[in-house]
Amino acid sequence: MCKYGLVNKIIPFSCVDGPGNRSAVFFQGCDFACRYCHNPETQKVCESCGVCLKCCPTGALSMENGRVIWDSKLCCGCDSCIQACENHSSPKVRQMTVEDILAEIRSALPFINGITVSGGECTKQHAFLVHLFREIHKQGKTCFVDTNGQLDFRKMPELVSEMDMAMLDVKAWDMELHKKLTGRDNKIVLQNLDYLAEIGKLYEVRTVIVPGWMDEEETVRQVARRIAAYPSVRYKLIKFRPWGVRPPMDVETPSDAYMEKLAEMARTCGVREIVCT
Amino acid sequence: MQKDVEKNIRKILADPQLTYPQRLKELAAAAENTPDPVVLTEEAQWFVDRDIVFDMGEGNAPYRPRYVLPDYDKFMKQGSEFLMLEPPKDIWDAVSNLLILYRHVPSVIGGPVYIGHIDRLLEPFVKDEEEARHAIKIFLTSVDRTIGDSFCHADIGPYDTKAGRIILELSAEMQRPVPNMSLIYNEHTSDDFACKAIETGLVTAKPSFVNDAMYTADWGQNYAIVSCYNALPIGGGGLTLGRLNLKKLADICENREEFWKMLPKAVAAQCEQMDKRDTYILEDAHFLENTFMTAEGLICKEKMVGMFGIVGMAECVNKILHLVKPEERYGHGKEAEEFALEILDKIHEQVTAYKPKYGFFAMHGQVGIATDTGVTPNTRVTVGEEPPLPEHLLFTAKTQKHFAAGIGELFPFEETAKKNPEAVLDIIKGAFKENMRYFSFYSKDSDVVRVTGYLVKRSDIEKYDAGQASLDASTVLGAGASKGLRIFERSVRNV
Repeated sequence: MCKYGLVNKIIPFSCVDGPGNRSAVFFQGCDFACRYCHNPETQKVCESCGVCLKCCPTGALSMENGRVIWDSKLCCGCDSCIQACENHSSPKVRQMTVEDILAEIRSALPFINGITVSGGECTKQHAFLVHLFREIHKQGKTCFVDTNGQLDFRKMPELVSEMDMAMLDVKAWDMELHKKLTGRDNKIVLQNLDYLAEIGKLYEVRTVIVPGWMDEEETVRQVARRIAAYPSVRYKLIKFRPWGVRPPMDVETPSDAYMEKLAEMARTCGVREIVCT
Repeated sequence: MQKDVEKNIRKILADPQLTYPQRLKELAAAAENTPDPVVLTEEAQWFVDRDIVFDMGEGNAPYRPRYVLPDYDKFMKQGSEFLMLEPPKDIWDAVSNLLILYRHVPSVIGGPVYIGHIDRLLEPFVKDEEEARHAIKIFLTSVDRTIGDSFCHADIGPYDTKAGRIILELSAEMQRPVPNMSLIYNEHTSDDFACKAIETGLVTAKPSFVNDAMYTADWGQNYAIVSCYNALPIGGGGLTLGRLNLKKLADICENREEFWKMLPKAVAAQCEQMDKRDTYILEDAHFLENTFMTAEGLICKEKMVGMFGIVGMAECVNKILHLVKPEERYGHGKEAEEFALEILDKIHEQVTAYKPKYGFFAMHGQVGIATDTGVTPNTRVTVGEEPPLPEHLLFTAKTQKHFAAGIGELFPFEETAKKNPEAVLDIIKGAFKENMRYFSFYSKDSDVVRVTGYLVKRSDIEKYDAGQASLDASTVLGAGASKGLRIFERSVRNV
């Protein structure tokens, strides 16, 4: 078990996924279905329906024994398959071992502070992450978890002990609004917020600001109050952006002035470091 | 001959794109070029005639070293008898003395290519920070407006100092291409200071980072980065820079065998030309006897070396090995890499074995000239063919081993890096561990951008192209390189 991870994509260098330069590994599968998800193709596991085969311009996709196979050498990266998928998935997801992942980031290792696992929701594959992190730590690199907190960290003690830090999304404070936005309530998310902060493994909380879809001021205020007691925890406020969102949302990207107003609110609550992006 | 000279001079006299100091310099160059070039053997001349070996157009009668590196630290301690200057007592004396000496430092450009480790020189005089900031701003403004050439280079670091921080803050604020700037980076450089330098660099394309461990191993601690990214001994300098164009050498060779036969001949030709030109500077022009800097101990013969430059490795390897497939070409394929490293080993062996009359020769990765087309600087991967960044960094580091007299590659980053300078620092730290010598970077949205080694303002190039004169002589070169080397099309790194 957990010999393989389901990986959507690996970015060798990223400067937006935690401290310093990091390789980011995006895992497949997520139990939230956020309305504004920027990479909805990471949500579900491929059902091999074959819809994508017809739209591939280079013949990189084929059906073998009832399964869709992707040939990376033929792929031109046009993402037509992802656009065509009705299942919020991708035929380009790979089953990878820890060794496969290490081989893929080998040339990046000298230049990174560590890796960040993201998704999808990476903690759904927490047993695999434990193995991956052990190997990454042997290379002298750090391991960060980018999570929406849908699984209870207290029930994943091995992951908690092996990871360096977590970055947690709090998508909305109000439970009903959270449900409307993501399809699930936020009870466990908020428990994770407290737990990760208490054990000193919370690096950053993130909230995407989507006016009209959430209680953004209340969310920022409440999160800020919780994390103010932990001065090293950063709060990252992210503007909604329309890229990748399917179907498109009729929401305007919040202005810098509004973001600054929210940041000021968090600052007043006692948060030391606030990043707007 | 006479007619041509007169025509050329008349053109310089009235050229609307030249400022007065630029006009003087052009006239001096015209005068210098009236004698015939230094006489070479027939074999050496054969390579010169084919532009395979090139004297960088330094002039037919070289009367000063290409790059002079006065010992400014000594000058600050002792003042100057010739210039009638006492050692400085405060920050105003300090900047004034330096600016005066700069007027007397010769080089192939109009002014000095090295203006000192300026934070180290000024730090003892930083008492009141606001006063120091005012003095340093006047200092930097004066350097920018009067030296007017981004081959003029200041060094800072490795230590975090008040002067160093003021210099970085003013550089970000002023956004001017002159002076070019390098941060000497080693284990004494704090992450905080390094990140401040990176934030500055992402605004104004300087400073670049210097792998001090490698250069200290080559030169000891008394070296400086000057001009583009040349490394040379302080208290001496680089007499001449010769340039071996590997692309043009490859053009006359059909296969590996022919290339291996021609390479040592071309290297020998360039060594001969450099040796004779170096000798001319010291024996015919009596350079050292004719400057007060020698008498005052600011420069000496023992610290003068020759720079053996190369360009066009990428084209050379692709041509000789007939590489067409992207995954096999220079910067990607294993065979290309091995061949390139073998060429570099061979050149290095021959160049270090050569015993010139004065000093010795050190290898330099030449950055190209404005009129180059289809010749990639030093050992770089051709613009447009860069592999993914991690592979690019690893490959580049491997090719830089022998270049004690300096080599550099540059990496444009996306805006997002500005919010996470630590990410760029991680890349630099990794690159230096892999033995990269020098790391330049800029943000693709900056007005000040690095052309190949020197800096220009995009807005100045646009004005120059529209026919206006430019204060900065490097703009003229940048205007050429933006077309010939497609510098604005360099692959931007999204980290």
